[in-house]
Amino acid sequence: MINRFNKYRYASPATFYRLAGRLIPWFYGAAALFCVAGLYIGLFLAPTDFQQSEAYRIIFIHVPAAWMSMFIYVVMACWAALGLAFNTRMSFMMASALAPTGAMLTFVSLWTGALWGKPTWGAWWVWDARLTSELILFFLYLGFMALQSAIDDPRRADRAGALIALVGVVNVPIIYFSVRWWNTLHQGASVSMTKAPSMASIMLVGMLVMALAAWMYTIAAALSRARCIILERERNAQWVAQMLEAEA
Amino acid sequence: MNMSQTVMVLLRRELMLAMRRRGDVLTVLFFFVIVASLFPLGVGPDPKLLRLMGGGVVWVSALLAAMLSLGRLFASDYADGTLEQLILTPTPPVVWITGKILAHWLVSGVPLILVAPVLGVQFGLSNEALGVLVFSLLLGTPVLSLIGAIGAALTLGLRGGGVLVSLLVLPLYIPVLIFGAGAVDGAMSGLGSEAHLSLLGGILILAFMLTPWAVSAALRISIE
Repeated sequence: MINRFNKYRYASPATFYRLAGRLIPWFYGAAALFCVAGLYIGLFLAPTDFQQSEAYRIIFIHVPAAWMSMFIYVVMACWAALGLAFNTRMSFMMASALAPTGAMLTFVSLWTGALWGKPTWGAWWVWDARLTSELILFFLYLGFMALQSAIDDPRRADRAGALIALVGVVNVPIIYFSVRWWNTLHQGASVSMTKAPSMASIMLVGMLVMALAAWMYTIAAALSRARCIILERERNAQWVAQMLEAEA
Repeated sequence: MNMSQTVMVLLRRELMLAMRRRGDVLTVLFFFVIVASLFPLGVGPDPKLLRLMGGGVVWVSALLAAMLSLGRLFASDYADGTLEQLILTPTPPVVWITGKILAHWLVSGVPLILVAPVLGVQFGLSNEALGVLVFSLLLGTPVLSLIGAIGAALTLGLRGGGVLVSLLVLPLYIPVLIFGAGAVDGAMSGLGSEAHLSLLGGILILAFMLTPWAVSAALRISIE
């Protein structure tokens, strides 16, 4: 009974595996629901922008993806720090489970940004401060994943990845500001990111609902991936054998 | 032995090793010169364009050369067991790691700084810009060695470590590149380079304080 109220219970892969299995369908369901609602608001209810006409509608994908891509890196670094501080295996697994989703959303935000940039700015890519720092964020994700996949020993892979994630998160503000100052000095094409000063509230609602969808999807995807990592690492553990027997 | 003695002994050892294997140092130096010489061949010999690009090209080449030399930092000591012996000594790892990074900079960073003015002249930089280029490299290349040491420590003994180091380390080099090349640009355009050089100095101080700890943690992860 005491075990029931132990808050460290879910640091154990076996209990976490079952909990994640129960939660995943709910998060995927919520993601689908928010996504449908958000896209409906964004594509049908929101009015056409008087400056950018229909092209602006990509922000309903672009902005949530960009928000999430930055946020996931911070969450990843938090799990990494937790793992290094308390030596909990589950924290490292969560950090590596989040990285591919983060990289994917970074790529989505770059890609949709290019699709939006072509009709609006007349160029697929400009060396704007935000674009450049998002690109660097993508490289940071790739570095993290490449390092982890190059190391065979899972313990070393976990800890090395955690360290590089922490080094990255310390560097992110420095990189961001340096890129911003670099951009203001090298002002080539005078492109302004600022849109119409006030955004119609229905647009904002659509964007927030889509952001919620991105949250739910990220949680569901990270949990599913964490479950795979657990199975891979614990394949020789007794509880896995028992579970597979019970399922068979 | 007190700490400064330890650092001195380590420095002397590293410098002696570098002197015995002069080829390694020269390879990095020639790599630096070749990369910088490739740019005019790629973009054309227009002096105006080259003058605009000069600072940035020398800085990018320095970045690549610094990255290339990272493999030497810990690999041979790791292969022959010296690194484990160093970890077992009572000296705090941060102290001898700082010494090793300092030695690495003296061997691979300083030669780049000495050659850089020649490349700058080839690109037609003004005298003032040449001075700023040397000074910015003086502030920036130690940061490259410091940050690079983290990547070198994490990839010890891995397959394809060299390529992996570039993926890990190059994104972290970006601020140094921006401020270093920006300082030269500022000197060329008359905007002044003090702001860039101050920021570069700030980054150097920050990196000097923090990276030895990260390297020490990375070495522990890689060796245990």
